[in-house]
Amino acid sequence: MSGHQYLSEEGFRVDGRRAQEMRKLDCSLGVFAQADGSAYVKEGNTVVLAAVYGPHEVRGGRVKALHDRAVVNCQFSAATFSTAERKRRPRGDTKSVEMTLHLQQTFETAILTKLYPRCQIDIFVEVLQADGSILSVAINAATMALVDAGIGLRDYVCACSAGVFNDAALLDLNNLEESQKGTGLTVAILPKTERIVLVDMSSKIHSDHVSKTIEAAIEGCKDIHATFDAKIKERVGRLAALINTEN
Amino acid sequence: MSADIDVRLFSSRSRSKSLADESEFMGTRAKIVVSPGTTITTDGGFMRGHGTYLEDENGLLSAVAGVVEKVNKLITVRPLKTRYNPEVGDVVVGRIVQVCQKLWKVDVGGRLYAALHLHSVNLPGGELRRKSIEDELLMSQYLIDGDLVSAEVQNVGVDGAVSLHTRNLKYGKLGQGSLVQVSPSLVKRCKTHFHNLPNGVHLVIGLNGFLWITHEGEAESSHFAQNLERVDYHTRESICRTRNVIISLSRYNIMLYDTTILYAYEISTDYSIAQLLKPEIQMEVAHLTRQKLQLEG
Repeated sequence: MSGHQYLSEEGFRVDGRRAQEMRKLDCSLGVFAQADGSAYVKEGNTVVLAAVYGPHEVRGGRVKALHDRAVVNCQFSAATFSTAERKRRPRGDTKSVEMTLHLQQTFETAILTKLYPRCQIDIFVEVLQADGSILSVAINAATMALVDAGIGLRDYVCACSAGVFNDAALLDLNNLEESQKGTGLTVAILPKTERIVLVDMSSKIHSDHVSKTIEAAIEGCKDIHATFDAKIKERVGRLAALINTEN
Repeated sequence: MSADIDVRLFSSRSRSKSLADESEFMGTRAKIVVSPGTTITTDGGFMRGHGTYLEDENGLLSAVAGVVEKVNKLITVRPLKTRYNPEVGDVVVGRIVQVCQKLWKVDVGGRLYAALHLHSVNLPGGELRRKSIEDELLMSQYLIDGDLVSAEVQNVGVDGAVSLHTRNLKYGKLGQGSLVQVSPSLVKRCKTHFHNLPNGVHLVIGLNGFLWITHEGEAESSHFAQNLERVDYHTRESICRTRNVIISLSRYNIMLYDTTILYAYEISTDYSIAQLLKPEIQMEVAHLTRQKLQLEG
């Protein structure tokens, strides 16, 4: 262990949370008027904006269009000011390409793509502030944007990160905890069936700890689901009273 | 030079103040709200409609966040915000995006571009004219990219492919006027979607959420021949005001049809046209319109 003490003897983490405690989750929907769906999700100090366009006609050559389902196109990017060090991040760098791929694979399973033949669905994710768990917050933001756009989903996709420090599983890692080598993983699930759609483990974890960490992350995902579901139902209920859908 | 600049504090904006009492105004009907992955029923006797899907162990689940609607055995979930879902007979306004062989591609705000076939338009020179190869070559003279048309949905294919027709004198190319785009779920399905308002404005309310505002003379002019006659100042003002009123109504989720637009137009006459773009005035207009609707309805 390095100079930092990630979990104090009293059971507190560097930012004052308990081991199984999540950061404050905040989100708002419909932040862009132009996009079909958009969401702004804030988990502690990590802030992510997501916008969804579509389903629309396939752009850039009809060749990509699939006759029986939709094409899901994702793009992940981080703002120059998102980290402590101000740095220009070109779109094609390894990290964002990897993130894009993760998002794409996750949402291809979650979206009912069969409903939208010959269409394309664009998901744009932009990190405004990076303080750990970027992938999980990006997935959560993209889910909310898709729900806002009224695109058919099997279920919400809820993601959460977790790590092991001194045999204790920590939930929802921040930047400091994440930078510790050999700790974290990210899990995304479909909460209804508890099926795992993504596990991202870019660092080494001792095999004894893996299942424990994943279980902890799944619990975190369920918490996020509860928060999001309440938020969506409140919003839909409020709007449903105004818009007369029976016409 | 700049005599009247309007400066207000961002924090002094009264946002969504009225939303709470607005929802209790219409929220008398109990509506079942669901979100993706919610089980609607485990009873096998129901039919799967739009916005739902079946899973063996969980029964009928919702795929979108919206309101459950039951028609006999059919269960559908209607999302509140979605792309336009075309139905046969809908009046739509669209923009030509591409001229292909024998057809135009029209953007109507749906999932895919709609097709306007050459054989489903009325060309100048008689309704029952045969269309020859020459007509195919002259297609870009009738309609080109960027032109606006009003049309009716003729057919919706199994995979969602839409074809339009303009075989009626009501439909055709649109000339001078203003286009407003709103969410399609805000447009109410009415007997007619063509309105001549008392203020000299002709309104086409497309069910796809595209509203076309023009003057009355324009509506009677022959289609395909562009009428570039100058519209008088008074009518132009009415058109602008109607546009701004529609934007105000859509921002506060008020259903759009002739009555609401007329009410809001009358209410808006207390303000200048430019003032109608300010958020607090928009809210005021929307709020008063809602109250008036409540009184009359």
